[in-house]
Amino acid sequence: MRDYPADEASREEVPIQASGDVVKARQTVRLLAQQAGLSLVNQTKLVTAASELGRNTLIYGGGGTVEAVVVRDVARVGVWVRFADAGPGIPDMELALTDGWTSGSGMGLGLSGARRLVDEFELDSTPGVGTTVTVLKWAR
Amino acid sequence: MSDRVPVLKIGDILLVSIQVDLEDQMVLDLQDDLSQKIVATSARGVVIDISALEIVDSFVGRMLATTAAISRVLGAETVVVGMRPAVAMTLVELGLSLGGVRTALNLELGLGYLRRAQASSPENR
Ligand SMILES: Nc1ncnc2c1ncn2[C@@H]1O[C@H](COP(=O)(O)OP(=O)(O)OP(=O)(O)O)[C@@H](O)[C@H]1O
Ligand SMILES: [Mg+2]
Repeated sequence: MRDYPADEASREEVPIQASGDVVKARQTVRLLAQQAGLSLVNQTKLVTAASELGRNTLIYGGGGTVEAVVVRDVARVGVWVRFADAGPGIPDMELALTDGWTSGSGMGLGLSGARRLVDEFELDSTPGVGTTVTVLKWAR
Repeated sequence: MSDRVPVLKIGDILLVSIQVDLEDQMVLDLQDDLSQKIVATSARGVVIDISALEIVDSFVGRMLATTAAISRVLGAETVVVGMRPAVAMTLVELGLSLGGVRTALNLELGLGYLRRAQASSPENR
């Protein structure tokens, strides 16, 4: 994903250590999405993706952080969100991104669904080191 | 102790109106409470009003599907009412079709559906 200039004043960071923090992360992302002028549908898509990814950070990553900021490109504004954990990592990223694949008792829709709901998506994971998922949704 | 979503009994229908952004534990508690209450009250129908929900993710979606399936086994029909259009669009793109879940646009239509379903159930014929 390209580096876009960020509105530093809008930057928020939320630790994800308990399930209440996933709620906080959703609310934080919602506020930035409103600030960036995303349509209601796009706000809903981004917040839903954030909910999926935040839960993964908590459950599989053993906790971590979510960072969000309003970014700008030439003629558009968007919201950039990054989920990071220092958990076990994902051995097979392609498999993890397959609809319906879960290593647990979920539905295996979180990662693949979140990817569909945003405009830009990047998954970085190293076994034994951790996982970072970065997403971006533009206002249009 | 975490908060719980209230389950109201109106005649032989249980009504749940979700008014806050739910933590996962509250979602699981609600599923438990509903199953218990269906049996305890011999309810024939369940209405879950999600009109206040700004998002439905895979966790809440799965709870709705599971609750509908459990209540059916326990002899009650479930209707989910009031889903916002943006939520519906997002759910479909997420990959959740909620195939086994009966939905209605609003509470009134949901109650109407349950009434008709009961009127045409075999034991009332
Ligand atoms: N942050 C993470 N750290 C380690 N593994 C992860 C992480 N996020 C996802 N995974 C792995 O990828 C799999 C797929 O994740 P995904 O969110 O798509 O499905 P799920 O969480 O299992 O189910 P659902 O999200 O539908 O409830 C998970 O089962 C898990 O094995
Ligand atoms: Mg998940």
